Amino acid sequence: MADAALDALYQEVILDHNRRPRNFHPMEHASCSADGRNPNCGDQLTVWLRVDDDVVSDVSFQGQGCAISKASASMMTDAIKGKSRGDVVQLYEKVHKLVTGEDPALAKDKELGSLRALSGVSKFPMRVKCASLSWHAMKAALDGASVVTTEGPEDARSAS
Amino acid sequence: MRASSPVSLAKRADFPLLAAQPKLVYLDSAATAQKPASVLTALETYYSTVNANPHRGAYALSAAATEAYHDARVRVARFIGVADADTLIFVRGATEGMNLVATAWGRANVQRGDNIVVTRMEHHANFVPWQQLALAAGAEFRIVELDASGSVDLAMMKRLVDSRTKVVAFGHVSNALGTIHPVAEIVSIIRTGAPQALAVCDGAQAVPHLAVSVDGLGVDVYAFSGHKIGGPMGIGAVIVRRAILERMPPYQFGGDMIEWVNDYETTWNVLPHKFEAGTPNVSGAVGLAAACDYLDALGMEMVREHEVLLTTAAMRALAELPGVTVHGTATAEGRSGVVSFSIADVHPHDVATSLDAAGVCVRAGHHCAQPLMRAMKLPATTRASFWVYNTLEDVAALTRAVRATQERFAGV
Repeated sequence: MADAALDALYQEVILDHNRRPRNFHPMEHASCSADGRNPNCGDQLTVWLRVDDDVVSDVSFQGQGCAISKASASMMTDAIKGKSRGDVVQLYEKVHKLVTGEDPALAKDKELGSLRALSGVSKFPMRVKCASLSWHAMKAALDGASVVTTEGPEDARSAS
Repeated sequence: MRASSPVSLAKRADFPLLAAQPKLVYLDSAATAQKPASVLTALETYYSTVNANPHRGAYALSAAATEAYHDARVRVARFIGVADADTLIFVRGATEGMNLVATAWGRANVQRGDNIVVTRMEHHANFVPWQQLALAAGAEFRIVELDASGSVDLAMMKRLVDSRTKVVAFGHVSNALGTIHPVAEIVSIIRTGAPQALAVCDGAQAVPHLAVSVDGLGVDVYAFSGHKIGGPMGIGAVIVRRAILERMPPYQFGGDMIEWVNDYETTWNVLPHKFEAGTPNVSGAVGLAAACDYLDALGMEMVREHEVLLTTAAMRALAELPGVTVHGTATAEGRSGVVSFSIADVHPHDVATSLDAAGVCVRAGHHCAQPLMRAMKLPATTRASFWVYNTLEDVAALTRAVRATQERFAGV
């Protein structure tokens, strides 16, 4: 059982994004950026966004973290590039429900594409924050904030 | 290797949590230790036969609670080599002990122009209270760095302590690396370079592993946490030299700590009560005393010997694995039962999750020692720590799980 859960957590697609993170570089002339920090483990990453006409035209990230946080950030950059701000926020909410296990049906949601690999995280409550760190940073950047930590007042316990 | 080496020093059956989970490999005792049944029984017995508010009631039960609390103090003081038991103040743990001294003594004695010296190796509990005291007082905060070998740079400490140094705070044993610091040398540096300074030693990671004699160490302040030596959470002690305690203003105000409350001023109770405001944690103290009994029955010299054996084996086994780096001193003799390590290209959190799936509990992270991690240029490490119930089998399970983790994350 433990091994099966571990296999589900560290799926090949996650390990691949961890080894070869996509869009892993700082961005010049970004429209906005934000730092995500997890004070519990010291993980820290920055997300840069370029927004043109309400569409995320480019996104990148850099930082240090575990395989889950790195892979989640890498997959996020692939997933949101070219999407409208509204679609990105919708996806952000879906991913939150996916990694917390709040909506188990999402694990089979085709629209999520490779992000479905993050469903394994829901079996590891201690790792939910790793998976959501980059998403929170991305959302904070869109909302005009510059720093976000996983220990915010809002549902800090459960997930974010 | 001794014939008895696969066997733990303490019986696993003595620890109900471990007995109930026979497959669990618990290697996080540096965070908190599992509790012997005798400690749990002591708590139960206290509450079911003795419980009353001490120092208050004129009835026999209250007197019994008072006596239980007093006896616990004497017992714990004896365990850590403190002759004057009334200089042992019960607190929640080492953290509160340091905060007590930093607040009560610090505010009364540290001023602008003074300086406070700490080491790079400290746990946040023996770093942040002094950093904040320095900020509040306008004093200079000085950090003794590590030398090339990764030990506290004593030559630098000699340079940093001077006639304006008010506090020198250092650990007895590092929680992140297990390094045992040369307390006698440090105390001599302080007494020579800054005879007026308070020598403050954090014993949280020493008392579980070494036969400690606080009186013999010659420090002014020593603190430790009960839960790391098999006692309950929420109890610990800070020991302060009597002359300092008597001049030190109270830390908190309220019941028990007063001698006489007049309308516009108050006088203070004698030691140790002056520093223990409110109803004390009697059950915690009684449980901690039971933990001292348990460890004395094992013998702290035996505890030390057992841990050197396990630590040596773990350091050797891990160092043999390609891609694994063991941090800290080169030999087990220079450290407590702690092995902090990194696996190339695998983040410590992934290591900990992967080890957990194999039933091996380790700590991953910065170990509440961010200043140290920064200097070592490590975001985090994985830490395995051993105690009396661990065995060479546990070391083997750790090694197997580390190898499996490497295989899982090995990539093209």
